[in-house]
Amino acid sequence: MVGLIDLVERLTTPHPLDRYLELVRPTLTLRQMRAEITHVRRSAVGSVTLTLRPTRQWTGHLAGQYVQIGVVIDGVRHTRCYSPVNTQTRRDRHIELTIKAHPHGLVSNYLHENAIPGMVVDLAPAAGVFHLPEQRPDRIVLITGGSGITPALSMLRTLATEGYQGRVLFLHYNRSPEWVPHRAELQALALAHTNFRVEMLYPELGQDPNFSYDELERLAPWFAAAQTYLCGPPGLMKAVRTVYEAEQLSDRLHLEEFVLTVAPADPATAEGSVTFSGSDITTENTGASLLEQAESAGLTPAYGCRMGICFTCTAVKRSGCTRNLRTGEVDADPDQPIQLCINAPVGDVDIAI
Amino acid sequence: MAILTETPAGPVVLSAEQVEEIGRELDALRARVVEDLGERDREYIYSIIKAQRGFEVAGRGLMYLGFLPPFWLAGVASLTVSKILDNMEIGHNVMHGQYDWMREPGLNSREFEWDTVCPADQWRHSHNYMHHTFTNIHGKDRDIGYGILRVDEAQAWNPLRLGNPLYAFFLMVAFEWGVMGHDLEVENIVRGKRSWSDIKSLVKGQVRKAGKQVLKDYVIFPALTGPLFLSTLAGNFTANIARNLWTFSIIFCGHFPSGVQTFTEEETAEETQGEWYVRQMLGSANIEGGRTFHIMSGNLSHQIEHHLFPDLPANRYPEIAPEVKALAEKHGLPYNTGSFSQQIGSVWAKLFKLALPPALVKSQPTGVIVMRRGTASEVGV
Repeated sequence: MVGLIDLVERLTTPHPLDRYLELVRPTLTLRQMRAEITHVRRSAVGSVTLTLRPTRQWTGHLAGQYVQIGVVIDGVRHTRCYSPVNTQTRRDRHIELTIKAHPHGLVSNYLHENAIPGMVVDLAPAAGVFHLPEQRPDRIVLITGGSGITPALSMLRTLATEGYQGRVLFLHYNRSPEWVPHRAELQALALAHTNFRVEMLYPELGQDPNFSYDELERLAPWFAAAQTYLCGPPGLMKAVRTVYEAEQLSDRLHLEEFVLTVAPADPATAEGSVTFSGSDITTENTGASLLEQAESAGLTPAYGCRMGICFTCTAVKRSGCTRNLRTGEVDADPDQPIQLCINAPVGDVDIAI
Repeated sequence: MAILTETPAGPVVLSAEQVEEIGRELDALRARVVEDLGERDREYIYSIIKAQRGFEVAGRGLMYLGFLPPFWLAGVASLTVSKILDNMEIGHNVMHGQYDWMREPGLNSREFEWDTVCPADQWRHSHNYMHHTFTNIHGKDRDIGYGILRVDEAQAWNPLRLGNPLYAFFLMVAFEWGVMGHDLEVENIVRGKRSWSDIKSLVKGQVRKAGKQVLKDYVIFPALTGPLFLSTLAGNFTANIARNLWTFSIIFCGHFPSGVQTFTEEETAEETQGEWYVRQMLGSANIEGGRTFHIMSGNLSHQIEHHLFPDLPANRYPEIAPEVKALAEKHGLPYNTGSFSQQIGSVWAKLFKLALPPALVKSQPTGVIVMRRGTASEVGV
């Protein structure tokens, strides 16, 4: 197949074949993976569940992994990562994503308000090391908070489909019951599988305690023998880590951090550190342009006009927030090409040079 | 610094404050456009891409009927339009980063390749960096005559210059190959300033890119039409040449008609942003025409706007041109524009005139005079 594509691309050179096919139908692409939204459900407060039918390049995910999707908003393609919530063994090759609308989340809010069946999004292959091992452990603890529920949901559903015989504690923290996506299904899973314990706690309502050693010990006295998967807001992550470190169980704790990069209040201040991850160099942010900071750090990135017109110095910003020195525009999206000569870091920034 | 320029109406003097004022106004204009970029620009560029791909598919298809002259001609025309759109309104503009903000892999300035023999990365160096940064500065902008032609009086005359119009004619016919060779700086190789090791990787890239183009247009597509091999080959060749004639003409109208000014390195040392803008305005020329004409010229008919804002999407140039023109008029600066026949006529007249020894030709105004730390009166105005 690839050989045939190469052959046809002799005819479409210099443009990749996909640049022709996508004009006929966005999901006709041969190399680039995309997905069409087939169902949209808004069941829980503040979140939306999308069912996606990926193009034929999709090779599935492991329970707990994430995918990156790309959505066009006002002419600009924005990409974000979400964990599929369906079982990893789903037969029809569809993906289900549950997306929580964050207060300042551009993509999550857009999808929450505008997603309709028929919409086509970009899709990257599943990635991430936060997933169940192939040899399932005898005991499993899944601890999640808020939108961190999604990878654990995929894990629990996968275990249920597999007829897993070990013990599972599914511990989820949220604001109140109506905010928990797939709540009814979780309760049904718990009823159908006596070896699953599903606990949903709402500390903010005043009835339930925050996460603590005692709480964990009460719900899963066997937790020290389990593999634990943790995903949630920073407060929860820290509390769980503290307990596992104290118990010397850090090697049994697997975590997925949700990095939410939010633009600081005053972008003109020079704080944080600049990492040039391609060269393993980290320096203090001086507030100068990234090109100047790279040069001060002893690097020699390619450059041209040094005034933002020739695009010679464009490099990929892996993470962090940058400010365009010409327009003042702030960009916090990860993995974006930026012009080093007219962009300055705002806080911690990672550049792939 | 003050800028003094000679216009048909007499000399114009701009104070340093005025120059900075122009810079501020143009910065503000740019910011307004950047703020407004969105869905409309996306739809525009995709509509052009769809049209280009449509013409290309039609052109390739019509070659199967190439044994009938009207169909052969229609195929050539269709393919020519496709190549012109690909090179100008799409390729040139995308590679300037005009659509990078859309974050589309297919429209990314670093990833885009165009349907011509010149590799995109080499063109981005010779054009985006060298030409756009050092526009019309002698000794720096190699687009002043491309190392082959005499297009400015400040270039020394020698007997070889007598062939000027002839060289221009050959460059026009083989323009895509001229563009490809641009980054090699052949005249510097001849002078021994550049060695084989300097250009080895460039040549490799050129062979790779040109090889693919030649294979496609002169081997594979002709072969696919079987018995019509020669007819298709001739059709593809004609389309490539027609595209060359057109792109050469549009590009030469952008910088070489009369009234366009050139600069020296001393004048432009330690230039401010405002001075940079003024240089771009004085060093470029527009062509008047309708909407289709502008699209077919890649909006390089708005060369002045393009040089002020090379990374703004081209469909914005016609919209901001009246404001730029008004700004030029407000400060008494020339805004070089004219019909296509006027501009191209002026280009060829210049190519013929500058072929002759300076003693035989009436001298033109020398253009901009830049005075550092001086005033206009010190140079006799």
